Amino acid sequence: MTVLNQQRVNNTHNHLSNPKTYPPGQHVVTGNQSAAIGAFLSGVQVVAAYPITPQSPVVEELAKFIEEGELPAEFVPVESEHSAMGVCIGASIAGARVFTATCANGLAYMCEQLHWASGSRLPIVMACVNRAMAAPWSVLNDQQDSMSQRDAGWIQLFCKDNQEIIDTVIQAYRIAEKVYLPVMVCYDGYILSHTVMPIEVPDGNKVKKFLPPYIPHTPIDISKPVNINPVTLADPRLNADGVLCHGYMEHKYLHHQSLRNSLKIIEEIDIEYKDIFGRSLGGLFSEYKTDDADVVIICAGSLSKMCTLVIDMLREQNVPIGLVSLRAYRPFPNQKLSVALKNKKLILTIDKSLSYGYQGPICIDIKSSLFESGISSTVISFVAGLGGRDIKPYEIAEKAYDYWNKFNKKELTNEIIYESQWINCKY
Amino acid sequence: MDHYKEVSNFFRNYKKDNITQIRWHGRGGQGAITSAKILAVAGFLAGYKGVTSAPFFGAERRGAPVIATTKLSKCTICDFSQIVSPDVVVVLDNTLLKTINVTQGLKPNGWVVLNTPQHFKYDFLQNSFNFIRVNATQIAEESGLISAGIPLVNTPILGTLLHVLPTIDLSHIHKALEQFFSPKAVLKNFDVISRVYKECSVEKIGNFLQELQES
Repeated sequence: MTVLNQQRVNNTHNHLSNPKTYPPGQHVVTGNQSAAIGAFLSGVQVVAAYPITPQSPVVEELAKFIEEGELPAEFVPVESEHSAMGVCIGASIAGARVFTATCANGLAYMCEQLHWASGSRLPIVMACVNRAMAAPWSVLNDQQDSMSQRDAGWIQLFCKDNQEIIDTVIQAYRIAEKVYLPVMVCYDGYILSHTVMPIEVPDGNKVKKFLPPYIPHTPIDISKPVNINPVTLADPRLNADGVLCHGYMEHKYLHHQSLRNSLKIIEEIDIEYKDIFGRSLGGLFSEYKTDDADVVIICAGSLSKMCTLVIDMLREQNVPIGLVSLRAYRPFPNQKLSVALKNKKLILTIDKSLSYGYQGPICIDIKSSLFESGISSTVISFVAGLGGRDIKPYEIAEKAYDYWNKFNKKELTNEIIYESQWINCKY
Repeated sequence: MDHYKEVSNFFRNYKKDNITQIRWHGRGGQGAITSAKILAVAGFLAGYKGVTSAPFFGAERRGAPVIATTKLSKCTICDFSQIVSPDVVVVLDNTLLKTINVTQGLKPNGWVVLNTPQHFKYDFLQNSFNFIRVNATQIAEESGLISAGIPLVNTPILGTLLHVLPTIDLSHIHKALEQFFSPKAVLKNFDVISRVYKECSVEKIGNFLQELQES
């Protein structure tokens, strides 16, 4: 490793271990504050972001840390999300631990750079504060933005509450730097981003131990300039130094394999995190009362926390129901999920987004996972909460109760099975 | 069909986490959102395990009616949905009464906390509601709690809520304020809050307080 890079690596953890304003312990904070504290504790060195509602407070909080000298990082104000990711890519290549945050149309504007980041195998961590995509214009919550970037080659992790946001950001750096892939930390706009709730801020010294310094996969050296990401042809060929290099397809194969391997890494790191901090986030997904369940609700994000209440309600009405709350959406834990869903008769997926023209993205992936495993459960796709439409626990409970009864009476028609059921849509 | 209705009612009235719900009505710039948060922090310090506070999710402009909410519970709050039937509504600006039905969804025996500069008829209030009236604007003005020429009413009104939420006391409010303001501002705000606590008039105490104390 070059001297330059060694210095950068050493700098990774030069900052104070704990933020003055948020010492270790209990704090009542918003989801956005939680994400910012997570980035602080992870010792980020470069933050580049463009403000967009409801993400702005994350960046404001980090800008404050940096401006007040608490966090010795470089804050790069940019003119667009596309540039924000561009700065992150450059800084990450140079060996810095970088953070950014965006949502909705900002994320869409970043789309091209998302592929550059993942294709370059850069461990960038980005908060995606889930918000509806325009048009029509909406600043409110659903999950269409991150779901639309499903195939950008990033790891996507969903958070249930503000505690999971800070824990996921810290874990994300560990995962990202181990598999050399960027991680999108997704949490619901407003419902979490602007809502205060109690969280436990971990001790920065412990985070330092948990998170070793970032070592770039390809250290760069000023004395030996190289062309990063040169045009890659279809087939492997010799480079200027006479070394046989991968073709495009080999690069993509390795990219994909790393994503698949990260299934194991995400779980392992979560276990390690629990050993140190006493909290597990469930690894790839968490289950609630699924052991003896015949019906299972599957969803992601804050809705899955609310659904624990729904399960309790339905259990009191003798519905044998459980909950799978999805944490890792990409890589998709298809094999593990099919084990968890074995012997379940009815599966109700609730998406806060839609693959327009088909069904909810979670539903589609669940169906294909079950098919691979030869499980023939009935899967029903529910769509809820688009563009900030409020979701009440009783609404979900009523639907689940209704469809479980329909299932038992064999009243589930083709129209129900092949289409999506919209919850609380007034059309 | 009757069975479905019964089950549906069970779901709608399900209260495992027994949340005390407070809805704040103010105008953009009055600080309703900040106070809603301060109350959540004070509640947490007072031993509520689950607290949340959120602005009503919409576009906010200075002077326009805004809504913020605080939820307090003995257990972790899982229900992130919006408040439709509050236990308490706090109204920072009496001119809102002309345009907004502030008691919409308010539970029977619920509380209305109103900052009002003058006496006027409260026909809009049902008899079943409890009522706290305070001239927070005047108290803030007298105490010099003024920002940009406007008396601050959002923090002073926290003093009234101590009558409604007996588990929270002035010391919790003081500690919570410290997380939001400079020591000097904490002192000033706290003085006014203490004064409001003493001077507000609790017009009718119904069953709610008793229920809360029993639970």
